[in-house]
Amino acid sequence: MTRPTRPGPWQVAEVVGTRPESATSRTLELRPADWPGHRAGQHVDLRLTAEDGYEARRAYSIASAPEDPYLELTVERLDDGEVSPYLAGEVRVGDAIELRGPIGGHFTWSADEGGPLLLVAGGSGVVPLRAMLRHRSATGSAVPARLLLSARTLADVYYRDELPGLAELGVTLTRAAPAGWTGATGRVDTAMLEAFAPAPADAPRTFVCGPTAFVETVAGALVDLGHDPLRISTERFGPSGS
Amino acid sequence: MSIVSRGFRGRRDGGDASRLPPGQYLESGFPVLSAGPTPRVDTSTWTFSLTGLLDEPRSWPWDELMALGPEPVACDIHCVTQWSKLGTHWSGVPVDKVLAGVRTDARFVMVHAVGGYTTNLPLEDLTGGKAWLAHEFEGEPLHPEHGGPIRLLVPHLYLWKSAKWVSGFELLARDERGFWEAGGYHDRGGPWREQRYQGD
Repeated sequence: MTRPTRPGPWQVAEVVGTRPESATSRTLELRPADWPGHRAGQHVDLRLTAEDGYEARRAYSIASAPEDPYLELTVERLDDGEVSPYLAGEVRVGDAIELRGPIGGHFTWSADEGGPLLLVAGGSGVVPLRAMLRHRSATGSAVPARLLLSARTLADVYYRDELPGLAELGVTLTRAAPAGWTGATGRVDTAMLEAFAPAPADAPRTFVCGPTAFVETVAGALVDLGHDPLRISTERFGPSGS
Repeated sequence: MSIVSRGFRGRRDGGDASRLPPGQYLESGFPVLSAGPTPRVDTSTWTFSLTGLLDEPRSWPWDELMALGPEPVACDIHCVTQWSKLGTHWSGVPVDKVLAGVRTDARFVMVHAVGGYTTNLPLEDLTGGKAWLAHEFEGEPLHPEHGGPIRLLVPHLYLWKSAKWVSGFELLARDERGFWEAGGYHDRGGPWREQRYQGD
């Protein structure tokens, strides 16, 4: 298994498709000019340039598996965002977006690394984990996989139709649940993790992704439950709030 | 030469753009990016060690390190994930004090941290008033998720070089790649020359 040692140069990617993921997000399907391939969990840097030369850059996790035909990114529209309203709203099929990648070495998984896999996602943190699960499915891997997903409401869950077929799925809703909801409610806590995760003796390979406070809570709880910190990789989005 | 993104306007920050290195944006929060869970470091058992290519290894428990004398630091910090935070305030022991009197032919350092994180950089980027072992941020003890109780602070390089939960320097004759560097990040990491990835 070779690991890329550096991301490639900036290149142009054509937008070949878009589809809504939730009320406030959508997935872009991209065809880069010269993509070297990637490992599930990696991300790309995007570069947007206004007519006067002003540049903005952001990182986005790759939502697609290495086996998928197009590079997919899922973008949540943040009301006060500079870049996300453009990517989640304005961009259309035929547009060109500059990107650079793949980037990232620690938050990656390929099927030959084995498991069992424990994936814990807060909100948009599910994006790189979806790439891992699609890769697992594409390779026919027998590695057991569990995904615990926290979202505000059911309408905020990405890949809703796809996820149940990709992993043993647990969903907890933190703000509102629909009538007749039989899943969990409330924030992920130690008790929920203990009930959902494999036993520490099974030595799962764990990936936790989401807002900083979510990741701190979950990673800390898993360590408290006896899981090996060296087998837990984390990716935190967003400011710490301090 | 970048292409123009159809319909993109962007938002020009009111902040001082001349203090932002290329490709960075102004961040008012303080994002946390770490590869794994936040380690719990106990200052009563923690030590800082100098090892590798030097006359004799040295190590300091917490109180002895603090006795070297921390000083205030005001600086801008730049993360390779594009955010920059201007005008931050820290307190830390200058690395120059830790290296005072050390005789070495080393030109590079592998920085070690609790939990196994490593990062490499040239020795000259740690000396001459450019680096500190920082234990306070904005007047308070440094929070664990930001590297508390103590982290390396090298503000003129991208923040991944400022190893959180720092535990020692290994002095090297030849450069070796640390955690992120082995995954494609730059051996030096200077924001003004935009040294993000290997080969930049």
